Amino acid sequence: MLIKYVAMRLVQLVPMVLVVTMVVFFVMRIIPGDPVLVMLGAVEGAPISQDVYDAMRLRLGLDRPLIVQYLDWLWEMLRGNLGDSITYRTPALDVILQRLVPTAYLMVGGVIMAVAIAVPGGVLAAIHNNTKWDHFATGFVILGITVPTFWLALVAILVFAVYLGWLPAIGYAPPQKDIVAFLRHLILPMTVVALNVAATVLRFQRQDFLEQMNLDYVRTARAKGLSERLVLWKHVLRNSLMTTVTVVGLQMAYLSGLVTVVENVFNYPGIGFLLLNSIHTRDFVVVQGVVLFMVFLAIGVNLVVDILYAVLDPRVRYK
Amino acid sequence: MELQAPYPPTTSGPGYRLWRASGRAVSATRNDPRAAVGVTLLLLYILIALVGASFSPYDTTTPNIKVRMQGPSWEHPFGTDRIGRDVATRIIAGSRVSLHVAAGAVIVALLLGAPLGALSSYVGGAFDALVQRVMEGIMAFPSLVLALALVALAGPSIPMLWFAIAFSSIPRYARIVRSGVLTHKEREYVEAARAMGQRPMGVLLKQILPNIMAPIAVQITLDFARAIGVEAALSYLGLGLSVPYISWGLMVREAQDFLEVAPWLAVFPGIALAGVILGFTLLGDSLRDRMDPRTRLPLNRRGQ
Repeated sequence: MLIKYVAMRLVQLVPMVLVVTMVVFFVMRIIPGDPVLVMLGAVEGAPISQDVYDAMRLRLGLDRPLIVQYLDWLWEMLRGNLGDSITYRTPALDVILQRLVPTAYLMVGGVIMAVAIAVPGGVLAAIHNNTKWDHFATGFVILGITVPTFWLALVAILVFAVYLGWLPAIGYAPPQKDIVAFLRHLILPMTVVALNVAATVLRFQRQDFLEQMNLDYVRTARAKGLSERLVLWKHVLRNSLMTTVTVVGLQMAYLSGLVTVVENVFNYPGIGFLLLNSIHTRDFVVVQGVVLFMVFLAIGVNLVVDILYAVLDPRVRYK
Repeated sequence: MELQAPYPPTTSGPGYRLWRASGRAVSATRNDPRAAVGVTLLLLYILIALVGASFSPYDTTTPNIKVRMQGPSWEHPFGTDRIGRDVATRIIAGSRVSLHVAAGAVIVALLLGAPLGALSSYVGGAFDALVQRVMEGIMAFPSLVLALALVALAGPSIPMLWFAIAFSSIPRYARIVRSGVLTHKEREYVEAARAMGQRPMGVLLKQILPNIMAPIAVQITLDFARAIGVEAALSYLGLGLSVPYISWGLMVREAQDFLEVAPWLAVFPGIALAGVILGFTLLGDSLRDRMDPRTRLPLNRRGQ
């Protein structure tokens, strides 16, 4: 049954993958200028012979119908061939994978920290509903949603690097070389990511916990004499964590945008930093690769969340 | 005895709807502090954008080297920048740009999304399914990254910025309108209008649309907050508006080189930005809770 469910979810993903790749494919074709000239590195005033032009056009396969070009491009992409980076002259996928590790630290660290803030915060706000704890949590949520990330990041640099001098302002250090330097560089960007994600997660955590607290199973648990603490922190929390997982999954697409901004404020060499760099050097192959990578990351994580959900809650499989 | 007609005298027409809507807005601010704060903030920003510039003795472009990089003072409440321009005056000018770009983006998203949703629910069948899949696909993208790529590829111009910021919201409007039309299509009042010979377009605009205005209004309000944030982020990253436009995001970008010596250059535009986003978010949240109390944030029920 589980296998059937997973297969069904995978089949459902096909149209989405087609749409997403089509959007990227056609968006990439709105670049002003002739891609043939771009690939040849043509400059104003240095004419390119017709033969060279035709050869490159043929090599890029631009003489074929658009739909054939798309299907061919899609096939290559699904095989992991994103094309060669215009700047680095190496496969774009390799360029992206090299930058993926710092981003993974930032994303995973940020999400863990966000959950560590949001789950207890949301539960406390729900249990102490309409008290100053709750209002404090609400204030945190509203600030987290409204304060622009890049500005929060700059203020964090201003306070913790410029004034207090506790942490380095920008940059990255690989953990295998110097774990302390790595952590010191990671703390600020990771906290900025975490605060932003925590605001949204806390909001849903609180809401779901409030709703769960009124359900029948909670009354049953209380009626059979379990302590309030056990009822809330074990039974209710366990059920409402399902919502948390879903919310975190749904935040994945947003998280990519967030990380892109944060990496660029902190000069943190991940894929978001790579994206901006590639835009400035007009390396559209890498731009396309990073965008696709981010979309597929979001789709993939949500698939995993759905499957996890089905594993944890058998009712989901029969819907 | 003749019954006295209550004000308003008619129960239809645009005048009545406006009267009812403004009545609801006022009662919203009375019952919910979030709405009151939100509306106040937004009125303040709109006022500043409209007439704020005429209260400033400075202009946004003329350099004044004698007062460069000064901290906040009575003459320059938010300080001056690296060539001696008054930061407060530039922030006022930035409010116009910010609201203008956001309004454009929201209108583009609404104009593309709403008809698409209506069309898709009216036509139904394979077309509806196709539109649904495309909308889901667009929603899978990180909206900021998509806007970034669009602007980077097509070049930054105001209309392109509108479209790039609007693109990822199109599905939201399409969904609201589609589900609204599907719910109301079979209702008796719609059937009655149809039976009386009203054309589909008339039914849609005159019967169904007024009934789904509330969720659309909520979406517009929250979308404003998002659009302002995305525009600022794009400009901060150097891909949105550039000189001669004055954007808060751009001001923060220019300020970060002087973070150590002139932090006010980065701090004040950011506060301006957070304030307007806060205004739209509070108002939008409050309006949404009036429609659907399930998502209510504070003042929640317990053991009801």
